[in-house]
Amino acid sequence: MSEPHIVFQDVHKSFEQKGSQPVIALDQVNLTINKGEFISLLGPSGCGKSTLLNIVAGLDKQTSGSITVNGQPIKGPGNDRIVVFQESGLFPWMSVLDNVMYGLLIKKVPKEEAKERAMKWLQKVHLGKFANAQPHELSGGMKQRVAIARALVMDPEILLMDEPFAALDEQTRMVLHKELEELWYETKKTIIFVTHNIREAVILSDRILLMKTRPGGVKSVFDVKAARPRQATDSVLVNLESRILVELEQEMEKILKEEFGHDYDLKKDSLRGDSDSHLGSDI
Amino acid sequence: MAILIAIWEAISKFEIFPAFMWPPLIIPNDPGGVTILKTFISGFTGGQLLEATYVSISRLLVGFSIAVVLGLFLGFLIYKSKLIDDTLGFFVSTLQSVPNIVWFPLALLWFGLGVESVIFIIILGATLSLTVTSSAAFKSVSPLHIRVARTMGSSGFHLFRTVILPATIPQLIAGLRVAWALAWRAVLAGELLGGSGGLGTLLDMGRSLQAMDLVFAIMIIIGVVGTIIDNFVFVKIERSVLRKWGIQTVK
Ligand SMILES: Nc1ncnc2c1ncn2[C@@H]1O[C@H](COP(=O)(O)OP(=O)(O)OP(=O)(O)O)[C@@H](O)[C@H]1O
Ligand SMILES: [Mg+2]
Repeated sequence: MSEPHIVFQDVHKSFEQKGSQPVIALDQVNLTINKGEFISLLGPSGCGKSTLLNIVAGLDKQTSGSITVNGQPIKGPGNDRIVVFQESGLFPWMSVLDNVMYGLLIKKVPKEEAKERAMKWLQKVHLGKFANAQPHELSGGMKQRVAIARALVMDPEILLMDEPFAALDEQTRMVLHKELEELWYETKKTIIFVTHNIREAVILSDRILLMKTRPGGVKSVFDVKAARPRQATDSVLVNLESRILVELEQEMEKILKEEFGHDYDLKKDSLRGDSDSHLGSDI
Repeated sequence: MAILIAIWEAISKFEIFPAFMWPPLIIPNDPGGVTILKTFISGFTGGQLLEATYVSISRLLVGFSIAVVLGLFLGFLIYKSKLIDDTLGFFVSTLQSVPNIVWFPLALLWFGLGVESVIFIIILGATLSLTVTSSAAFKSVSPLHIRVARTMGSSGFHLFRTVILPATIPQLIAGLRVAWALAWRAVLAGELLGGSGGLGTLLDMGRSLQAMDLVFAIMIIIGVVGTIIDNFVFVKIERSVLRKWGIQTVK
């Protein structure tokens, strides 16, 4: 019943750099994402999460290997795959409403209908009153909510979210978790969700990919087998959270060792002490 | 302003310089004598100044419009292609540092005395300047904005029209303003040397007739036209764009 949606085969991506070795952002990624799956990417900074998302979006091209969506190789961007970026990237020359309508008009949705759908989404992110404001009049979190509305209004088959909630306060983040979970439940979209927040990943996902650096790629995969709707206090989730944290710490240690060499032993204790005290906070 | 006028009149009244070199502004030195104001008014009612102003401005508009289209187009090519940037881009930025009027002898050779030569140097100067500013502006568009547009399905000319162009409006307006000033200077320099009518030619005529009242009247028009367009067209547009975008203006 689970039908493959996005299939990665030996995907490799490196960035040429002038005067030094190329950076290997993704190495040997083999992965099958099923239709309607909610998958999270976790991992230290620079491990290729955004790169992977950009390749699926068609904004970047892999150096070698193949990625197919519904069996078709990715040829470029398409409005069946929409990205919510790390930063909001609203167009300052358009009103908030026009920003949200932008993609719909490209899809040739009639203006009136586009307006209606955009308004509906602005209301869902609690910004209905700001439809006619200019982006610079909004706070950072509000801008990010507009960016989310702008992507979701497109009703894409695949939603690619790059730390979409990182800039939000806890309250709004909770509200949007609920919204996203409901939306995903109703529409059965395939979602790839990048985050630095283990708890967020655990609550939302079917599967979590832990990624590694140098070379970047997939380190391990966790299935999240808790019933929905989920509570953060669910023992299965709490358990998983600490398992992921342990692996993540190993990865971080590796990075720190490379970075600091002998000085590393000094740093080790402080990292340990810090992350134990608030499980589930940002890496 | 009033003080400046008073000082002017005083210099003229005490005849520090001969009257033909320093004509009075408002009050004639001897009854019925020339003043700049009188020349100014009769120039307009008689049609001579009005017509010259019209000729100069229409040349400016024609030349400037062509330069805007050419400049944006070349700027876009330079932005799009690394090869064109390395060749044409380099060439243009070198040429741009040459003052417009240096081209005039060449223009005379190619097009002869007349309107064509004047229009040629207007287009040349303004186009080069706009090519440089617009290509720099296009290159500075935020990659994030372009990615957002592309993920929504925008590409090609749609991407240019809905993102690259509006994203660069503040820089383009500043660039247009500079190009406009260059073009206005080119019009007058061309007319002054090329004698094909318009304010510049009239100015040269004033000089050879030693009619300083006419020369000053024309200089006032040149200054006023330049200021009006700068203040009422460009500054206004610039302010409203910056306000809409939430970029703080100093002032
Ligand atoms: N355009 C680029 N040119 C050169 N190197 C790049 C480019 N984009 C990414 N990289 C490199 O590829 C690696 C992976 O980058 P990526 O942005 O995918 O990381 P990330 O996992 O999203 O990190 P973060 O959590 O900080 O957002 C990094 O080492 C980065 O330096
Ligand atoms: Mg990233």
